[in-house]
Amino acid sequence: MDINATLIGQAITFIILVLFTMKFVWPPLNGMLEERAKRIADGLAAAEEGKKQLLNAESKVADELKKVHARANEIVANAEKLAHQTIDDAKLKAQLEADKIIANAKSQLEQDLFRMREDLRQQVSDLVIKGAEQVVRAEIDKSRHEKLLAQLKAEL
Amino acid sequence: MASTTEYIVHHLTFNNVTLSGNEGGFWSLHIDTFAMSAILGFLFIAIFAIVARRAKVEAPGKFQLFIELIVDMVNTQVRDIYHGKSKLIAPLSLTIFCWVFLFNLMDLLPVDLISWVNHMTGNPEAHWRVVPSADVNTTFAMSLSVLVLIIGYSISAKGLGGWTKEVFTKPFGSSPILWPVNFIFQMIELVSKPISLALRLFGNMYAGELIFILIALLPAGAQWALGGPWAIFHILIITLQAFVFMVLTIVYLSLAVEDH
Repeated sequence: MDINATLIGQAITFIILVLFTMKFVWPPLNGMLEERAKRIADGLAAAEEGKKQLLNAESKVADELKKVHARANEIVANAEKLAHQTIDDAKLKAQLEADKIIANAKSQLEQDLFRMREDLRQQVSDLVIKGAEQVVRAEIDKSRHEKLLAQLKAEL
Repeated sequence: MASTTEYIVHHLTFNNVTLSGNEGGFWSLHIDTFAMSAILGFLFIAIFAIVARRAKVEAPGKFQLFIELIVDMVNTQVRDIYHGKSKLIAPLSLTIFCWVFLFNLMDLLPVDLISWVNHMTGNPEAHWRVVPSADVNTTFAMSLSVLVLIIGYSISAKGLGGWTKEVFTKPFGSSPILWPVNFIFQMIELVSKPISLALRLFGNMYAGELIFILIALLPAGAQWALGGPWAIFHILIITLQAFVFMVLTIVYLSLAVEDH
């Protein structure tokens, strides 16, 4: 063992190496490793967050679907109700219209009947008057009286 | 053919250059240790700086993942052991682990490779030891730097007064009679840390190198039988020693800032 100035030289080399490592080697390498660790942690957190959001979205979609189903059912029920109502209304209207038409027809018929009866009465009365005229005339001509009456009878 | 002793001594001699003009003494430099550790240190920071510069958060390449593996390992150790906040400890640990690992890795180079290169380049007598961590200067340079950091962290965490008080009043109590005993214990504890750090690494690597040299003395046909298993076992040793040096540094610094 001979200790000599090599010790001082080696110590200086050692100090230079340590200082260099401290300045230019350790900080970038360690920083890079920390950055990577941070990125991995961030990535895992993001994945976890994504999973949670997916679950949320799924439950939301299920909720929405349920709501939409309910709404659709409601709409269909409303439509059916409306259709029924429309049909009922139409039926009622048609019935009313039909009743009105029937009533109109009836009243027309009655009017016509009445008019025809009036006409008939008029004609009958005319004939009666004619007959009476004939009869009155025949009073003067007795022989022809009965003949005329028979003629009238046949006419009626 | 040189004798066995000469062969071993040749392989365990540093390429020593004197700085003061006199042979030996403190002011001389092991050029081989210094150059090898500088090259390996440069290799370490170059590779890591390039990877750090090109690092991508997404879709990293295989090599980036390998570097990340090391960074992550160091980061986990620091986080598990050191509970305060420090910008220095993690890069320090990374540097220690990688640098020491690369030192130790040189132990797996064939012992005679460098000698062969020296022969080829016309310097058969030149010495060149390739394992910087088998040189006490390297291990003590690191462990003494850690000691300075231990003291610095103690003072910055507890204040100069707080640390001084702790040195004199713990572990036995605050009675003035116990001050010298406390102080001696604290100093032993403090000094034993860098010594054990440095000598553990040095001892392991020096022994490993020596055994490789001894294996190299066997007949050429038999070397693989021992050299293979020892090299495979050594892969574990070199990684483990680098890891132990790093973890103990973190432990010592964490003890420095925590109350006993």
